[in-house]
Amino acid sequence: MQTKIETFIRVFIDEGGYREVLVGLRNTLLIAVLGLLIGIVIGTVIAAIRVMPKYKRLPRVLDKICQVYVGFFRGTPMVVQLLLFWYVLLPLMGVNLPALSIGNFSIGPEVWASIIVFGLNSGAYISEIMRGGILSVDYGQTEGGRSVGLSYGTTMMKIVIPQAVKNILPTMGNEFITLIKETSVVSFIGATDLYKTFNDMGSNTYEFMVPYLVMGMIYIVLVSVIALGIKLMERRLARSDRNH
Amino acid sequence: MIEIINLQKKFGENVALNGITTTVKDGEKVVVIGPSGCGKSTFLRCLNCMEDPTGGSIIFGGEDLADMRVDINRHREKMGMVFQQFNLFNNMTVLENIMLAPVHLRTKRLKQAKRKNFGRKIANLFRKEKKALIEITETKASIKKEAEETARKLLARIGLEEKADVYPATLSGGQKQRIAIIRSLAMNPQVILFDEPTSALDPEMVGEVLDLIRELANEGMTMVIVTHEMGFAREVADRVIFMSDGVITEEGTPAEIFDNPQNPRTQHFLRAVLH
Repeated sequence: MQTKIETFIRVFIDEGGYREVLVGLRNTLLIAVLGLLIGIVIGTVIAAIRVMPKYKRLPRVLDKICQVYVGFFRGTPMVVQLLLFWYVLLPLMGVNLPALSIGNFSIGPEVWASIIVFGLNSGAYISEIMRGGILSVDYGQTEGGRSVGLSYGTTMMKIVIPQAVKNILPTMGNEFITLIKETSVVSFIGATDLYKTFNDMGSNTYEFMVPYLVMGMIYIVLVSVIALGIKLMERRLARSDRNH
Repeated sequence: MIEIINLQKKFGENVALNGITTTVKDGEKVVVIGPSGCGKSTFLRCLNCMEDPTGGSIIFGGEDLADMRVDINRHREKMGMVFQQFNLFNNMTVLENIMLAPVHLRTKRLKQAKRKNFGRKIANLFRKEKKALIEITETKASIKKEAEETARKLLARIGLEEKADVYPATLSGGQKQRIAIIRSLAMNPQVILFDEPTSALDPEMVGEVLDLIRELANEGMTMVIVTHEMGFAREVADRVIFMSDGVITEEGTPAEIFDNPQNPRTQHFLRAVLH
């Protein structure tokens, strides 16, 4: 055990392995956060389409498209989606994702691809969460908004969705945590995330025990911090329920 | 003001309104009464297309609201509605509740005007005869300021100025309903529709809400009121409509309906509710 720890410390600190880990951590957070943001936008739009009254043809067609979308992203594993996107869709379309670098800060194309796939994937899940949230808001709120002359979209954006978001915040936090943990599959397309940096460290030294242990701890700390942040946010949003 | 011609509404096979024809005149207070399930709420909700009519026409502001192509939002601004369950926006303070629609809609129109002017300016570069720009006298800030002044004035009117910055969850039913009423007033409507405004209230709060409605009535606001408060109906109404089974069974002045009802259904109903 002693030597295992010593090996790890040597690689991690003396040989600058921590810098790799920081890059991995940054990518993990970047993929999860941007993925979540894209997911929220996509999810909200899909949810709004799916709860729209369906008298006319357009909402019905859009609804079908959304159903297919959600069906695909919920019906296949994230890894499969990543691989399909990176090895099938991008080459077929002939797209080369650019690498962005500002000084030491660089984000490779595989990270961009991961962000996009995570966004699309979480969009499908969030749309269902959001739909539940929208349906949980009393229909009277919609009627109140429409009765003063606001359009369906405005009523949704200003009245219903803010209340829906409050109701679904705990579930949304859950989704974010899931995303953080799911980022460990992006190494399949060669992106450097938290998991990959520790895995590399293990492969280079043939000592996996300590790196994986440290990796587990980092994930736990990360998730705990996020859970705390969500709790604080919930308290802030609960203002409109309380007497004061 | 509102001309209703052969209005029909079906929920699937279930006929809720079976050909209603009547006219609400300028400044008139029409009270709709009838047994529960007779379609009186549906009738009211069809007037501003909260429920889309399945037949007939509603002529308001020169357009037929039952026509799905009409921009209903524009007309709803001029047709306030007060609900049984108040429907204040729970995520906003009282002041925001009142200001939301006026500010949002006027700002939207301001943006539209600006966009149009921009287009005209560009087009004018190529025109010999310059097209005049739309005159813009307000800014986003002035709209907001004005709306806030109106909102505070309205709140002062019902004696709830100090509640401007609280959320609806903290208010009593009577306060909520009075705020809902001034929220619709803030749009400067031509007519207000009341859908059983006191039915969800505790008995001791009914009075304050009815007082406010009475006040508006005396100021000449056009109103269509669905209610179970017979005493109030008699006092406020210019005309009472008695509905049953989705049709108007009898209509007339309060004296005619309450003191000398002709139709047996009306007689039966009034005997039951007036004890």
